[in-house]
Amino acid sequence: MATERKDPGNDRAASDGPAAGGVDGAPASPERETPCLEVRDLSLSYGGVPALSHVSLTIPRRRVTAFIGPSGCGKSTLLRCLNRLNDLIDGVRVSGSVTLNGMDIYRRGVDVADLRRRVGMVFQQPNPFPKSVYENVAYGLRLQRGIARSEMDDRVEWSLKSAALWDEVRDRLNETALELSGGQQQRLMIARAIAVRPDVLLLDEPASALDPISTLRIEELIHQLGAEYTIAIVTHNMQQAARVSDYTAFLYMGELVEFGNTDGMFLNPAKQQTEDYITGRYG
Amino acid sequence: MSRHISEQYDSELESLNRLLMEMGGLVERQLRSAARAFVTHDTGLAAEVFTLETDVNRLELALDDECVHIIARRQPAARDLRLLISIMKAGTDLERVGDEACKIARMTEQVATFPIPDNGYIGIQHMRDIVIRMLTTTLDAFARLDLDAAYEVIAADAEVDDGFAAVDRALLREIDEQSDFVQRAVNTVWTARALERIGDHAKNISEYIVYVIRGRDVRHPGSARS
Ligand SMILES: Nc1ncnc2c1ncn2[C@@H]1O[C@H](COP(=O)(O)OP(=O)(O)OP(=O)(O)O)[C@@H](O)[C@H]1O
Ligand SMILES: [Mg+2]
Repeated sequence: MATERKDPGNDRAASDGPAAGGVDGAPASPERETPCLEVRDLSLSYGGVPALSHVSLTIPRRRVTAFIGPSGCGKSTLLRCLNRLNDLIDGVRVSGSVTLNGMDIYRRGVDVADLRRRVGMVFQQPNPFPKSVYENVAYGLRLQRGIARSEMDDRVEWSLKSAALWDEVRDRLNETALELSGGQQQRLMIARAIAVRPDVLLLDEPASALDPISTLRIEELIHQLGAEYTIAIVTHNMQQAARVSDYTAFLYMGELVEFGNTDGMFLNPAKQQTEDYITGRYG
Repeated sequence: MSRHISEQYDSELESLNRLLMEMGGLVERQLRSAARAFVTHDTGLAAEVFTLETDVNRLELALDDECVHIIARRQPAARDLRLLISIMKAGTDLERVGDEACKIARMTEQVATFPIPDNGYIGIQHMRDIVIRMLTTTLDAFARLDLDAAYEVIAADAEVDDGFAAVDRALLREIDEQSDFVQRAVNTVWTARALERIGDHAKNISEYIVYVIRGRDVRHPGSARS
């Protein structure tokens, strides 16, 4: 058999290699997805020191997008740009744009509280309030007016069930949340975030303080929530990114090096820098 | 290719490569001996082919074992993952080349009672020369991850196929003309067949090299998933 030599260089596996196609039929490239968050030419500096430069990417709707990269490369900074959490830090300058379902979130007059309801966030360390399990979940709902007591109960139950925590806490809803285990507290934080029915969930290293079993629980939860929510997750655990995400973005020194479908990124990344990072080589 | 931060990982991959090359070297010796034994009717030389088989099998097991350990412990990704998978598959192909060489050695024992044909097995010699070159080139290409050399081997497979067709045609004619040597002719076709299969295995290995380097599966064109 004669083999035709077509070799246009460093092309992606996504188009014709074994990596083509997502696991459950998800399209192979973020461009072909419905956009949720569109980041365009985003740059950010802290007191004049640049932390992100000219980042552009589209986070697809109802998919899990992972952000990986070495410490200090700007992953958390980028995540915080997506719900304007950086606004709270002095000396931050942002340029470029971020749109959520077509709306520019940095436009003047945007209701930032409403934005943060729509784009919820969970951090590395669970930070429950020193209140009951119930109150921790109901917290965000109480800020919304006109929710009746019975509806509140339903929403708390629904959130705890969605966060795969209900069975473990149904009998201790009125006990303090501080006595839950770390893994339970982290799922409680996810329940709190989804109680207000956000569009997007931002997770910044949500499992890095957890044991392997709790970690797998959180990963399974992320996978399930990915069908309903747009999820952006920062993780240092590359295998975790490979397990939970549909798309992966690799950041290096404030720049987006590569963004593509996770299968392709972990089997055949287009950029040498990504390859070196993923395989644990010196860049 | 730059080094891993873990030197241990680099040395594990290097030792894996050495194992593959060692196995390739043995299989190449099997092939050379078998092919020479056949065309010279040298049953002593054919026997040597069998004695190497145990070593080849041992190396194949060792190769698989090391690959499985690295996969379990290091969770390789990207090029590392492609390399490991390809080394395992190349090991399987090399082992099959060894099997084909043993077949040729058995054919030698069967033809040895006949006289060597007038043409001195010219068709077999031609095929042998190509497949030996394919095998040495693909091993060398694997060691150096040389894409051009890999494509050279893939292209050479067509020559082996042509060589087989030529041997096949010539022997059908011979069977018609001198039916005394039917058995020799049959054994010769089987030997040609074995050489043709060896060409296929060398081509397979070269396709894995392309996969390691480019991340692209070039086997079975036309059946690619969309
Ligand atoms: N509040 C802040 N004030 C000043 N500089 C900051 C602030 N937060 C982050 N930086 C700087 O911005 C850069 C990016 O930090 P960021 O926290 O986004 O990195 P990261 O990729 O999340 O790292 P890690 O993996 O360690 O969490 C770093 O150089 C960091 O020092
Ligand atoms: Mg961070």
